[in-house]
Amino acid sequence: MNTNIKTREYTTVSEVAGPLMVVEGVEGVSYSEIVEIQTPSGEQRSGQVLEVNKDVAVVQVFEGTIDLNTKTTKTRFTGETAKIGVSKDMIGRIFNGIGRPIDGGPEIIADDELDINGSPMNPVSREFPEEFIQTGISTIDGMNTLVRGQKLPIFSGSGLPHNDFAAQITRQAKVLGDDSDFVVIFAAMGITHEEANFFMNDFERTGAIENVTVFMNLADDPAIERIMTPKMALTTAEYFAFELDMQVLVILTDMTNYCEALREISAARGEVPGRRGYPGYMYTDLASIYERAGRIDGKKGSITQMPILVMPQDDITHPIPDLTGYITEGQIVLSRELFRKGIYPPVNVLPSLSRLMSGGIGGDKTRDDHSGVSDQLYSAYAEGRDLRDLVAVVGEEALTERDQKFLKFAEAFESKFITQSKDEDRTIFETLDLGWELLEILPKSELKRVKEEFIEKYLSKSDDE
Amino acid sequence: MIIKGNIIKIAGPVIVADGMRGTQMFEMVKVGNNNLIGEIIELEGDTATIQVYEETAGIQPGEVVESTGGPLSVELGPGVMGSIFDGIQRPLEIIKEASGDFIARGVDAPSVNKDKKWTFKPVAKVGDIVKPGDVLGEVQETTAVLQKILVPPMHGGKIKSIVSSGEYNVLEDIAEIETEDGDKKVQMLQKWPVRKGRPYEDKLDPDVPLVTGQRAQDTFFSVAKGGTAAIPGPFGSGKTVTQQQLAKWADADIVIYIGCGERGNEMTEVLTEFPYLEDPKTGNPLMDRTVLIANTSNMPVAAREACVYTGITIAEYYRDQGYDVALMADSTSRWAEAMREISGRLEEMPGEEGYPAYLASRLAQFYERAGRVNTLGTDSKIASISVVGAVSPPGGDLSEPVTQNTLRICKVFWALDASLADKRHFPSIDWLQSYSLYIDSIQGWWEKNVAPDWRNVRDEAMVLLQKESELQEIVQLVGRDALPDTEQVTLETSRMLREDFLQQNAFDDIDTFCTPEKQYSMLKTILLFQKEAIAAVEDGANVQSVVELPVKERIGKMKYIPENEFSDEISKIQNDITKECSEA
Ligand SMILES: Nc1ncnc2c1ncn2[C@@H]1O[C@H](COP(=O)(O)OP(=O)(O)OP(=O)(O)O)[C@@H](O)[C@H]1O
Ligand SMILES: [Mg+2]
Repeated sequence: MNTNIKTREYTTVSEVAGPLMVVEGVEGVSYSEIVEIQTPSGEQRSGQVLEVNKDVAVVQVFEGTIDLNTKTTKTRFTGETAKIGVSKDMIGRIFNGIGRPIDGGPEIIADDELDINGSPMNPVSREFPEEFIQTGISTIDGMNTLVRGQKLPIFSGSGLPHNDFAAQITRQAKVLGDDSDFVVIFAAMGITHEEANFFMNDFERTGAIENVTVFMNLADDPAIERIMTPKMALTTAEYFAFELDMQVLVILTDMTNYCEALREISAARGEVPGRRGYPGYMYTDLASIYERAGRIDGKKGSITQMPILVMPQDDITHPIPDLTGYITEGQIVLSRELFRKGIYPPVNVLPSLSRLMSGGIGGDKTRDDHSGVSDQLYSAYAEGRDLRDLVAVVGEEALTERDQKFLKFAEAFESKFITQSKDEDRTIFETLDLGWELLEILPKSELKRVKEEFIEKYLSKSDDE
Repeated sequence: MIIKGNIIKIAGPVIVADGMRGTQMFEMVKVGNNNLIGEIIELEGDTATIQVYEETAGIQPGEVVESTGGPLSVELGPGVMGSIFDGIQRPLEIIKEASGDFIARGVDAPSVNKDKKWTFKPVAKVGDIVKPGDVLGEVQETTAVLQKILVPPMHGGKIKSIVSSGEYNVLEDIAEIETEDGDKKVQMLQKWPVRKGRPYEDKLDPDVPLVTGQRAQDTFFSVAKGGTAAIPGPFGSGKTVTQQQLAKWADADIVIYIGCGERGNEMTEVLTEFPYLEDPKTGNPLMDRTVLIANTSNMPVAAREACVYTGITIAEYYRDQGYDVALMADSTSRWAEAMREISGRLEEMPGEEGYPAYLASRLAQFYERAGRVNTLGTDSKIASISVVGAVSPPGGDLSEPVTQNTLRICKVFWALDASLADKRHFPSIDWLQSYSLYIDSIQGWWEKNVAPDWRNVRDEAMVLLQKESELQEIVQLVGRDALPDTEQVTLETSRMLREDFLQQNAFDDIDTFCTPEKQYSMLKTILLFQKEAIAAVEDGANVQSVVELPVKERIGKMKYIPENEFSDEISKIQNDITKECSEA
């Protein structure tokens, strides 16, 4: 029985509930296939098969189930899983959350039709990412280094300047001494018009728009549609990176909205919920998105991902940041406390991490002292912060001379190292020198994380300056 | 007999087929037009519920399900070592040849190469009476591993014939044994069902440490050869780095590394690094003693459920040859979640946090396959499987079911702590919460091989660390200056223990591995400082000048002294401690 070519139409919708619709008496329906739906008023929508049981199909409707009825709703099973037509011409274009052009431009003439679910990259084919990307931001370059092919999310809170921060990274990111084709894929899920405009204006102002492909699902667009958005974006990214040899940066914002949509579908299906109502398979689902970052051995291109997510109640243990952190290769955490102090970018380096840092730094990539300086800044700042809490109780006089130096270091670290302006693009060398300048506040015997040779080489160097 | 049924329902990785009467629980089946691999996990009348090890998109009701007649099994024999397999033992290299950089569905990739010729050297002779587990012959599988071809279980008897030394592939008959049930031919290749533990003679008490070269683990919370250890910790706390460190430096003969539902790049890292790293004991490439099982987080979830069994069965196979095997599973939480997902699709009654009621028993059965044993065979050998499982508790909350059930079974608990990791105190093993229940049984080994007073030194250091946490509470209230001089010294010494001993940088060429002897000397040196410094302040020395002695900086850098310069250098440091303290 080959039903792939034959398409079938039914008007046998028996149930509509939340984002789901049940169609009965169907034949030859396959799991995951795409369904075209015509509402009673003639509007076209699309959906996807979530479950088939004999002749009953459960379909999730992307653009919402409002207006659907059980009498005159028409469904057509296409026999195809979700696909996107890709082409180089997508660069500079704007699409909706399910990949239809919304910028008034012509339809895309596809070079290839690709299944948006992709396939898992074979670990044997991967190339370990270790090419340093300079973002010009000290807290990232110096202490949480980003490399090509990494997935490094920004964990933020509502009202924090993650958009400014992400835009700054996008503007400034470069691989030193490399001029291969660079393209940004921007996938918006449930963000406001205002936020979307901020990014679009920034892309236009800097001329970046020519090199950006946008997938836009806004807050007032159907929530279920955004289930497809990151898959559309990443399928396009794979095409750009591994067929067209481009360096692709994918920004996914806001992953929290994506997860809310997942939860909504799961609830509608009556599934046993996992933590805080999110489905038990959310880890696997998110992994199928985040793991699509990377490099392939023997190919020039790469996919670097920077997902942005707003942590509900600033809670890093909430399932959305928690599961994300378990999959991504580190995280950059923005802090409300630093933001309140007026510090931009309010990066709290302590819970931040780049797991691919050690391979991307060092003598041949950045500078020989990089790892030592970074470790030393971390531990000194952590100690200074602990002492700050102590001072609140016992007063500064109760501290030893040594401890007072750590306290002073923590202040200087926040005001000089973390703080930089929205258009300040520091080289990695400026960042590391700045680090040494701050380490001078501490007694030399406390610099246990840096090798003697580097202390000699760099500590005196900044003395002379 | 092959049974053919038809699919009636598809829901993610679980499908239901009817017309399946006559099939067995856990039988392997081929699903649908793409011949996807699946396993029967529920039988009811005519219908079978099947978990499918590959993506099910595009499958339709009506497609055929075909039984294979056997349970999910692994292939064991020369060619396994040094490979990287997916969760159901398909070599990823072969999958790459078949489908390119992305893994396609339905790829038929034989686990072990059937054409490759191996040099087989017989050990047994015609006429020998052999028992299961006896060595028939040997194959140099890699530079590091001499594979022993054993008489398979149920094959005991008298050797009727055995081939002479030469080149054979794994399917050729190498011997014929006259058994009670007739003559049986033996090949180098064996099949074994993954869910069934391989037999051994009897279990022994683990009393030899698995030396890992990691100070916090070896000195304070040691795991024994044949023991079990759990590493729970929130994301980014260092579970994977710890497991990789063990895979690199532990003094095991064989390492099985299971990436269960974790990152693709982490497998790539092992694959790119291990061929170039040398086993500190033998100088052979580490990859030559390593088998990788990779079911990354974006690979099909049902195969995640299977991958830990695939791994442990391979471990047992090498154990049976007399080797000490270390198995790392990163992360067992993803395995448990896969169980939960499948159970949810089966609409089973959920237990705690949605996990199936059999979570605890499955975990126990898995860890029970670890152990130090007398192997089967006439001259039975002592061999072991040590299992180290990472656990990824949601939100870092250790009260969740997977952590709790694991701790009930494992004898060693390395508690990774987020606040230590935030300070870049690595390994972020919380020294107050962690424990090892093997300390008493491995004490003898340390006394014999390292130093007779090892236990005292270790315990004394532990007491100081505990004392520190009490003192810290007082400091938080009244400040450090309010403490008596001797306690200020204790604070300083315990800081040394934390920073100069417990912290160990996995990425530093020297610090990454530390011999037991060096560990002991380092600890001894720090305790010498404690003794001399206390004596000095009791003699009226100023506490401030004691804690600022120049020798302190050198203690801080002990860990970076190369092994060959260490004993000279450490005696100098020890002399200077005594000298500087007495002059302070
Ligand atoms: N012993 C160590 N020495 C130096 N750095 C370490 C050490 N252990 C951990 N780290 C640092 O911590 C980072 C995170 O460690 P790791 O990837 O092992 O965490 P994890 O617990 O496995 O996290 P996840 O659960 O998300 O997989 C590493 O990338 C490394 O930078
Ligand atoms: Mg890990």
